[in-house]
Amino acid sequence: MADADAALLRLGGVYTDIGRYQILYGVDLAVRRGRVTMLLGRNGAGKTTTLRTIMGLWKARAGGISFDGRSIRGLETPDIARLGIAYVPENMGIFGRLTVRENMLLATGTQGFVKDQLDRVLAFFPALKLKWDAAAGSLSGGQKQMLAIGRAIVEQRRLLLVDEPTKGLSPAMVDQLVEALLRMKEEQTTILLVEQNFRVALAMGDDVAVMDQGRVVQSGEMATLGSDEGLQQRLLGLSMAVGA
Amino acid sequence: MSKDWQERLQHWAPYAVTPVLMLAVLPAIGLSAWVTLTVAGLTMGIMLFLVASGLTLIFGLMEVLNFAHAAFVTVGAYVTVSVLRPLGGWTADPSLTLNLVALLVALIAAAAASGALGYVFERVIIRQVYGAPLRQILITIGALTVIEQLVIVVWGPEAIPLPKPASLRGSIFLGASSIETYRLFALFVGLAVAAAMHLVLTRTRIGLVVRAGVEDREMVQALGYRIRRVFVGVFIAGTALAGMGGMMWGQYQTVVTSQIGDGMIILVFIILIIGGLGSVGGCFIGAILVGLASNYVGFLAPKLALGSNILLMALILLWRPRGLFPVAGH
Repeated sequence: MADADAALLRLGGVYTDIGRYQILYGVDLAVRRGRVTMLLGRNGAGKTTTLRTIMGLWKARAGGISFDGRSIRGLETPDIARLGIAYVPENMGIFGRLTVRENMLLATGTQGFVKDQLDRVLAFFPALKLKWDAAAGSLSGGQKQMLAIGRAIVEQRRLLLVDEPTKGLSPAMVDQLVEALLRMKEEQTTILLVEQNFRVALAMGDDVAVMDQGRVVQSGEMATLGSDEGLQQRLLGLSMAVGA
Repeated sequence: MSKDWQERLQHWAPYAVTPVLMLAVLPAIGLSAWVTLTVAGLTMGIMLFLVASGLTLIFGLMEVLNFAHAAFVTVGAYVTVSVLRPLGGWTADPSLTLNLVALLVALIAAAAASGALGYVFERVIIRQVYGAPLRQILITIGALTVIEQLVIVVWGPEAIPLPKPASLRGSIFLGASSIETYRLFALFVGLAVAAAMHLVLTRTRIGLVVRAGVEDREMVQALGYRIRRVFVGVFIAGTALAGMGGMMWGQYQTVVTSQIGDGMIILVFIILIIGGLGSVGGCFIGAILVGLASNYVGFLAPKLALGSNILLMALILLWRPRGLFPVAGH
C-alpha cells in the first residue's frame, strides 16, 4: 500500500488459527491515518478473523501487529481497546437488556459522557436520542447498528474497526448509515471497514485491501479497483453486491 | 390479538406468575393459614435468593458451574456458630438491640469468611478450569466434599444447636394468622440485601459492567474492561452472599450440620433454571416462587411437597424453555 510510513495500524505476516483450523495465512495490511480502508473479499476469506485478531479476541500464532509503531500482538483485548481502538463486530455486540444510554455509557471513561462528544454522536444518529431510555434489544436492526457505531465513537478513538455494518439493513437504512460514516470520514477518522456491499465500499473507501483464502491478495487505492471491472470480477467474483 | 399486545403479554406474563399463584391457592387454604404460609414462603424465598443470586451471576458472567457453592453456605452457618457462642449473653438477653447487634456481627463475619474462602477458591480451583464445563463439574463437586470434610474436622461431626436470639423467638399474631418473628426479621434483612444488590447493579458502573458481561463478555472486553477482574469481584461477592444465606438459614433451622448447604443447593439450581441462567431479576422471582410453592404444597398436599419444586420447574420450562427471564447467550 502506498505511503506505508503513514500507517496507523500495520499487520505483517499474520497467521491465526481457530482451534485446529488455520484461517489466516500471512496477512499483510497497512491502515493509513485519517483514511478509510476497505477490507473486501469473498465469504470465508478471513476478513472477520483479521479484525478479531487485531483486537486480540483471537490470538495470532505468528507475525506482527503494530499500532502507532507499538507492537500490540499478544496484548489482552482490554489493553488494545484502551489504546484507542474501537471495534464494531458483525453481530453489533449490543447489550439488549441495557438501555441505549447504558450501552453508550459503557464506552465512556470514568467521567461519563463528555457533552460535545455525545452531541456529535447524536447529531450523526438522531434516532438514538428518541430511544435513549429504551432497551437496546427493542431497537430495529438499523437502529442497533447506529447504536453500535455511536457507542464506538462516543469517546475519542484513534481507529475504528467495523465489520459489515450494512449487512441485513434496508436500503434506506444503508443510506442513513453511509451518510453518517461519510461525515466521520470528513472528520478524518481512521477506519478499517469490512463491507460486502460494493456500492458502499466505493462511496466510503480511500484505500482497499482484498482478501482471499486467508491472505491479502491486492491492496491499493479504492478508486483504482472501482474503475477496473475486470479486477473486480477476478478478485471479488459475484460475492460483492453492486446494488444496495 | 395484535402483535404489539402479544409482545407485551409475552414480556409481562412472567411477572404475573407469582401473584397468580398466591391468589389461586387462597380459596383452598383460607385467609389465616394463607397469610402464615405466604410470609413463610417469602422468607424461605428471600433466603434462597441470597444464595442463588451469587451463583447465577457467576454462571452468567463466566459460564462457571460451581457445585461447591453449597460449601460457602455451610461455612457461613458454622462461622455464625463460632461468632454467636461467645456472644451468647447478647443473644440470650431480652434486649432487641443487643440481639440485632449480635446477629449483625455474625452476618458480617459469615459473609467475610465465605467471601475470603471464595477468593482463594477462585484463584486455586476455578481459574484452572475456565471454559471446561466437565472439569468444572468434577472439580467443584470434589471441592464441595473436601470443604465439608474440613468443616467436620474443625467443628466436629455432631449437629450444633443454633438457638434464635431471645427477642426473635415466638410469633406475632395478625388476626387469626401467626407469623414467626424470626421470619419477619429474615425477610427484612433479605429484602434489604436484595435492594442493595439491585442498586449496585443498576446505579453503578461496576453493576453496569456486570450486567453487560452476563450478556456478552467478549464485547465488554472490547470496550476496555478486564472481565476476569470483574469476575473475581463477582465471585467473592457471590460466595459472601452464600455465607449470609448460610447464617440466615442456620438461624432459621436452629441447628447446623455439615450438610446444611447441600439441602439448599438443589433448590438453588432449580431457581437458576426457573429464573433464566444469568438473570438476577429472574433469580429473585424464581426464589420467591420456589419458597411459596414449597409452603403451599406442603400444606395442601404434604405427600407432593418433596416433588413440588421439580414439578414447578417442569411446568415453567414447558411454557418458557429458557426460564422466565432468559439472558441472551445462555
